[in-house]
Amino acid sequence: MRWAGLVGVLVLLALPPFLDSYVTTIFIFIFFYGFLGQAWNLVGGYAGQLSLGHAAFVGIGAYTAAMLSMKAGVTPWLGMFAGGALAAVLGAAIGYLGFRFRLRGFYFVLLTVAFAEVCRIVALNTEAIGGALGLYITFTGNPRQFQFQDNRSYYYIALALMLGATGIVTLIERRRFGAYLTAIREDETACEALGVNAFKYKLLAMIVSSFLTGIGGTFYAFYLFSLQPNTVFGIPLSVEIIIRPIIGGAGTVLGPILGSFILSPLAELSRFYFAKAGWSGAHLMVYGVLLIGVVLFVPQGAYPYLRRLFAGRPKA
Amino acid sequence: MALLEVEGLSKRFGGLQAVRDLSLAVGDREIVALIGPNGAGKTTVFALISGFLAPDAGEVRFRGRSILGCPPHEICARGVVRTFQLMRPFPRLSVVRNVMIGALGRHADMRTAEARARAVLEEVDLAAKAEQPAASLTLTERKRLELARALATEPVLLLLDEVMAGLTAIETERIVELVRAINRRGVAILLIEHVMRAVMSLSERIIVLNYGERIAEGPPAAIANDPRVIEAYLGEEYVGAAQG
Repeated sequence: MRWAGLVGVLVLLALPPFLDSYVTTIFIFIFFYGFLGQAWNLVGGYAGQLSLGHAAFVGIGAYTAAMLSMKAGVTPWLGMFAGGALAAVLGAAIGYLGFRFRLRGFYFVLLTVAFAEVCRIVALNTEAIGGALGLYITFTGNPRQFQFQDNRSYYYIALALMLGATGIVTLIERRRFGAYLTAIREDETACEALGVNAFKYKLLAMIVSSFLTGIGGTFYAFYLFSLQPNTVFGIPLSVEIIIRPIIGGAGTVLGPILGSFILSPLAELSRFYFAKAGWSGAHLMVYGVLLIGVVLFVPQGAYPYLRRLFAGRPKA
Repeated sequence: MALLEVEGLSKRFGGLQAVRDLSLAVGDREIVALIGPNGAGKTTVFALISGFLAPDAGEVRFRGRSILGCPPHEICARGVVRTFQLMRPFPRLSVVRNVMIGALGRHADMRTAEARARAVLEEVDLAAKAEQPAASLTLTERKRLELARALATEPVLLLLDEVMAGLTAIETERIVELVRAINRRGVAILLIEHVMRAVMSLSERIIVLNYGERIAEGPPAAIANDPRVIEAYLGEEYVGAAQG
């Protein structure tokens, strides 16, 4: 398993020279959504707290780094941490409200959606950050400004983000923190009875997750060079974030990555071909069908299913 | 000073007075049983002591210090742990991982916690099932798992909520032995139980609840012949028969 992972990483590192620009772009999206999915996985997969508002953290991170760069000349390499920190503050606020008042299931989902929507509407109506038009970053190609002539640089950065988040999640999974999160997902009341401060650990998970997602926002801004409130704070982005770990296997280290390898190319290709045929938006139907299939046939996601298939024994 | 002191505890749910002005004490290393008909408020008392419910009135002290208003995890950290009548295993986690969640509060290191968990599983006869998901256990095994997880928190006082309900006579005997062994190690036990044979053989003292009130308290032999207890459990017409 460890060797397979190492070989996989080496292959991904060696791959770019052999890829054309379009395929490189697809890989960048695989890594980027794998990264966002992994960040969400901590809260949504391990701790079982379904956040459908993670776009809010992407948006906060994106706007923070972009504004710092455009107005104050702060390099996005630093701005990304400021964006992560602000996203973490919002994550802590959402977590505090949700967990202190014991919102569970749909109610927590609604709380996270509501926060993301409030962010979107505030951004839409704040002229200082571009209002509905959003922000456009002038391309300079200066690596200090997180801008690169070569798509391959973004490839490596996105890969590093995904591997970094995966490393963090792996470390957490192997420690008490991770053990507590999975137990909280299974039965929070039982956890409390056994001495687990569920509130504290859920809040911590939310903070780490929103911080990482906020860092992702910086990548988003400086890869696409434009931000609009409806895209970075919108529910569709939140759906994109959660659907990969759910299809790949939420609450497993490899689930979000596998999910992204399945879904990101599919999304990209179907978007491309459906749009060509004049059916733009039809890729969402592909998502829907896949999601129904996963829920019906492999409710725990593709990764646990494949692991059982190959190992022939369930691992707990 | 008793280990656990409960004074004037009351709890009302809407129109129902679930617990009324209840006082009780559990001494160091003592085994005390809490019995009473269904709906007498026994489980509510556990929830009040362990911090899952806040009482309307009254005081709960553990080792002389009030634990009223403490969240359940903190009460557990102080050494009072409860089990649930309707067992609450972590179904998709392995049996050993289930028990580790209890042990991790005392041993933050995963390896130490796992070693502790395996030792406890050995003690409750579940070691053979350690790697299975908890969802695959039978009723008896789940009862033992519930007990094992509580034990793994290294309690000073163990609150057992009907750990013998639904078991066969032989299984019950086994759990009685287990509870006795735990007690011999110095753990005080307050148990809710309907299986009278187990209650009579285990407890040093029995407290009887009816409609949220304590109606009797004493050693097993006295309780078994107390007309108020027989009345509460069996109905008034049996009182004369039992005395006669």
